[in-house]
Amino acid sequence: MRGGPITRFLLNDRGGTIMLSVLLAVAVLVPVLNLAVPADSPLHLSTYTVTLLGKYLCYALLALALDLVWGYCGILSLGHAAFFALGGYAMGMYLMRQIGSRGVYGHPELPDFMVFLNWQELPWYWLGFDMFWFALLMVIVVPGLLAFVFGWFAFRSRVTGVYLSIITQALTYALMLAFFRNEMGFGGNNGLTDFKDILGFSLQSDATRVGLFLASAIALAAAYLICRFIVTSKLGRVLIAIRDTEDRARFVGYRVENYKLWAFVVSAVLAGIAGALYVPQVGIINPGEFSPLNSIELVIWVAVGGRGTLYGAVAGALLVNYAKTYFTGAMPEAWLFALGALFVLVTLFLPRGIVGLLNRRRMKRQSGRHDAQTGAAHDDQHAEQSA
Amino acid sequence: MKYFSFLTFNLLLFANGLLLPSNAHADDSNFAAGVAALNADGFDAKEAAIAKLAAIDHPRVIPVLKAMLAGDLSSRKEDDRIVIVADHPEGYRLTDVVSGEELGVAGKRDVSKVRINNSIRGLLRETIASLSLSNPDTKIRLAAAGELLGNLDVESAAEVRRYLDAEQHPRVRVAMQAALALVDLQSEDPHTVIGAVGVLRGNLHPQVRGALTRLGEHDDPEVRRHAAKALSSIQTKLDFYSFIETLFFGLSLGSILVLAAIGLAITFGVMKVINMAHGELIMLGAYTTYAIQQMFPNHIELSLLMAVPAAFVVSGLAGVAIERGVIRFLYGRPLETLLATFGISLILQQLVRTVVSAQNVTVVTPQWLSGSWQINPVLSLTYNRLYILIFALMVFAGLMALLRRTPMGLQMRAVSQNRAMAKAVGIRTEWVDALTFGLGSGIAGIAGVALSQLTNVGPNLGQAYIIDSFMVVVFGGVGNLWGTLVGGLTLGVGNKFLEPMSGAVLAKILWLVFIILFIQKRPRGLFPQKGRAAED
Amino acid sequence: MRGLKRLREFVRRDLSRDVAASAALDTSHGPILYLEGVTVSFDGFKALNDLNLYINDGELRCIIGPNGAGKTTMMDVITGKTRPDSGAVYFGQLIDLLKLSEPEIAEAGIGRKFQRPTVFESHSVFENLRLAMSANKAVWATLTAQLSGQQRDRIEEVLDIIGLVGEMHRNAGLLSHGQKQWLEIGMLLMQNPRLLLVDEPVAGMTLQETERTAELLTSLAGRHSVVVVEHDMEFVRSIAKTVTVLHEGRVLAEGSMADVQNNPEVVEVYLGE
Repeated sequence: MRGGPITRFLLNDRGGTIMLSVLLAVAVLVPVLNLAVPADSPLHLSTYTVTLLGKYLCYALLALALDLVWGYCGILSLGHAAFFALGGYAMGMYLMRQIGSRGVYGHPELPDFMVFLNWQELPWYWLGFDMFWFALLMVIVVPGLLAFVFGWFAFRSRVTGVYLSIITQALTYALMLAFFRNEMGFGGNNGLTDFKDILGFSLQSDATRVGLFLASAIALAAAYLICRFIVTSKLGRVLIAIRDTEDRARFVGYRVENYKLWAFVVSAVLAGIAGALYVPQVGIINPGEFSPLNSIELVIWVAVGGRGTLYGAVAGALLVNYAKTYFTGAMPEAWLFALGALFVLVTLFLPRGIVGLLNRRRMKRQSGRHDAQTGAAHDDQHAEQSA
Repeated sequence: MKYFSFLTFNLLLFANGLLLPSNAHADDSNFAAGVAALNADGFDAKEAAIAKLAAIDHPRVIPVLKAMLAGDLSSRKEDDRIVIVADHPEGYRLTDVVSGEELGVAGKRDVSKVRINNSIRGLLRETIASLSLSNPDTKIRLAAAGELLGNLDVESAAEVRRYLDAEQHPRVRVAMQAALALVDLQSEDPHTVIGAVGVLRGNLHPQVRGALTRLGEHDDPEVRRHAAKALSSIQTKLDFYSFIETLFFGLSLGSILVLAAIGLAITFGVMKVINMAHGELIMLGAYTTYAIQQMFPNHIELSLLMAVPAAFVVSGLAGVAIERGVIRFLYGRPLETLLATFGISLILQQLVRTVVSAQNVTVVTPQWLSGSWQINPVLSLTYNRLYILIFALMVFAGLMALLRRTPMGLQMRAVSQNRAMAKAVGIRTEWVDALTFGLGSGIAGIAGVALSQLTNVGPNLGQAYIIDSFMVVVFGGVGNLWGTLVGGLTLGVGNKFLEPMSGAVLAKILWLVFIILFIQKRPRGLFPQKGRAAED
Repeated sequence: MRGLKRLREFVRRDLSRDVAASAALDTSHGPILYLEGVTVSFDGFKALNDLNLYINDGELRCIIGPNGAGKTTMMDVITGKTRPDSGAVYFGQLIDLLKLSEPEIAEAGIGRKFQRPTVFESHSVFENLRLAMSANKAVWATLTAQLSGQQRDRIEEVLDIIGLVGEMHRNAGLLSHGQKQWLEIGMLLMQNPRLLLVDEPVAGMTLQETERTAELLTSLAGRHSVVVVEHDMEFVRSIAKTVTVLHEGRVLAEGSMADVQNNPEVVEVYLGE
């Protein structure tokens, strides 16, 4: 705690330091193994794998976003996939506009699905999305604005706990239904797909894929540092205080609803960025991304990793998604069983996730040597003791 | 197409007049001979035979003539006996004309049809109609009079007027008058037309509406005015009935929501346990119905009655297992409960996919649930929705009685209000928890039985209802069963009234948004629990 | 940039500090807190029934009364947790507490200790005090807040007052019940309030701890106004100059401890229990 403002959040963060180092190593290795190592070498990393890893990183960023509100502020959002999807749609709209006249119908301006629906001109809300900077702005503004409006109402009327969880779920459900409609002008069922290039680089090329992977890695690292800065600041302490004893925080003079709103909006923006990075890598965005199941799966990533520790959320997202890839390949039937069991077992036996488990063991080992370590700034310790 | 010609009408009147005094005893042999004559050679002979048969007073005359009109009258080759045939996979199923007895199945080549032509068809229709109109059975007369509407010409109308004079029953008279008035609309005399318009005022039959609309081009302005007035009165009625219909659909949807949510109102409302697997317990109920039908394929009519207790037990036991196995370790940690039960819901879905099938299964609708109750030409209520509405109210009433009047209900309420105190006075709270959860789950199962009659039964059935159910409970006010009832019905009705304006999907989105805003305005729902206890 | 700032102020005008800041606390007429005709009912049960109560500036007031007399509800009303059905609640002459939210009331200078000790259990004792300290508690300011040397001194001073210097780095969740009570009082002190509302401060304390608490509260009076709700008669006797007896949501008697004890109505209420 005694460090300056810049250094304080990297001290006492063993897990985070490990995570960032691994991320750095991967960010260096992956491009080399994919681009520099010849394709017939056993060390060569296929572009498929690069994209898969990039996807995982987007999920990790999304998990980080959820952890900020759930792990630190006690807001269990079951609608975070909505922010992810909105960010994704904003990016998807840019990519659609980039197709230009290369679509099936060859219309210079309208995306294929609009031509198919006999639309004559671009709806107003598609204007501007041909510009990358505008799309990027929307990636941040749209999820942020939705979170702001929703949170403004919700937190002000003190909707908390399960109630909040359920209405966030209703929110993403309503959005899903809306995006399924063709009249909405977002491609209905099929969503947006058949992207060609981004900023002039072909999405099919290996270099672009690696570039997107690197962008995801950088975004994840930056988001981690931002979140770390937030949770170690006094504001972070207030968030935890609100999570544990909302009333006390209020009577001490903190406007709880504003803190929650702030965290919720920041988290939604991070989720939107994750979505925007995700879409060009997987090449499609459709209303299925809004499905309540996605949001709740995301919750389990964070729960598995260990909520209330940022690197735990990242680790959880990577682990669960790796397992998902493995299962859906090897035994597709078993995946939902495994996921369901994961929900039950983690909540019953690992309330603090894997990180909590590791920490507990580490603490046990250390407790002999360090009695009452001066852990004022020790995040994981906080997490541990509030269990 | 006109049913009556002047000539046959006189003939028939004459015949009926003759026979009226003696219509007390039915004469089977006479009737059998008359039927046999129907297969006479030559169409003229057949016409004569029809007239003769019409004169015989026998309850089977009308069915036989109807069968003849439909082309189902045949002669069996082996004994030239006249029979009524119906399609059967191995040929025809035969029915005796006189007694109506089943005569077994015969090959298609074993019978030959009694052939008729268009002229005979016309005669048959007229004969059936006039026989029906003079039939002593009011039901038959009423049906026949209803058929007349739009099927009369000026000549046959005169004949109907005679029946009208003899008719005593008010409803049959009204039906005849309407049919006649429709004919009168074509009259040259504006007064007659205006009189007829007056009679047709408020008649909901589409033909009447058509005819009145056509009067809009009548030469006489007075006629046009009256026609317009009558049309607007019909429109008012139509609007009213379409309102009733929408209301019914709304209540029906509401009753489904109530059924789906009421179990949740117990587990969530009374026990404060979030059970995300609630939808899957509904699904289990629906699959139980399917299983019962598979086990007793010969008792489809009874299957639903058997399925209700069976589904209650299956879902209830599943609920108790969930409570004992998982939830009881998580009391006081609602968010964790939510996650764990969500996991259970995934497992249950996949279980059904693996054990039964990923496809939807077919649940048969019993006879007594299909069809609809035709109240008037524009309003009919389907029986399945009607019964489910009644069923939902019964389940609700039963549950209320259980909670209010039984020792078990008392214990449940005691535990929900003050667990520690309940324990102190000797209530086995663990058991009460398990039973309460089992009860809520069992009711979810019952809801599944009802839903199996309305929607596709598949592994995703529960998913479609879980969010809606939570919305209903939250909207109504947690911990208040009345709130769930009112909330569910309100949402159902509101949704159905929104739909015509906005379309089904948008209506659903709108009410989700509405509830989101509503909860923010009144976080404790329509009927909140009050007092300091509610603050915790 | 200026426009943006104005927009921000518009959007968040509910947090404008005008109310608390501009209406400086005016206690020129003596009382710092006015409750007049306050009625609160829950489902027909009147928790407070036309309650009238005045607390003078710098006073130490004890409030006693049997269970259900409305003591906690009264605190809820003053701190904005419960809104009364009718009545007026003023802080000084000018600040209408019924128009303020809980944080605004806290900012205006009223601190509250709950019946059950409520501290931030995941935070250390030091952090608890730091979070309670009066400061700009807006979100962005909190994000970049740094602890100044002066503030650190103040925290250490309060740590000393509440006797938790040795525990400053322990997590609050690990403290004993009595220590939590003190920590909560310490948090009130950090807020630097004009009025302290203290709900059952000595519940669960040892005799020694109780004595120290009595000393602490007495020493606070004068600079702060203190309202203590307590069941422990010995404790009340040891600190109180003026005692108010609540019964069935209204004031039954008010006066010195001796007066109150000899009041036949009070005797009846207590013995009749």
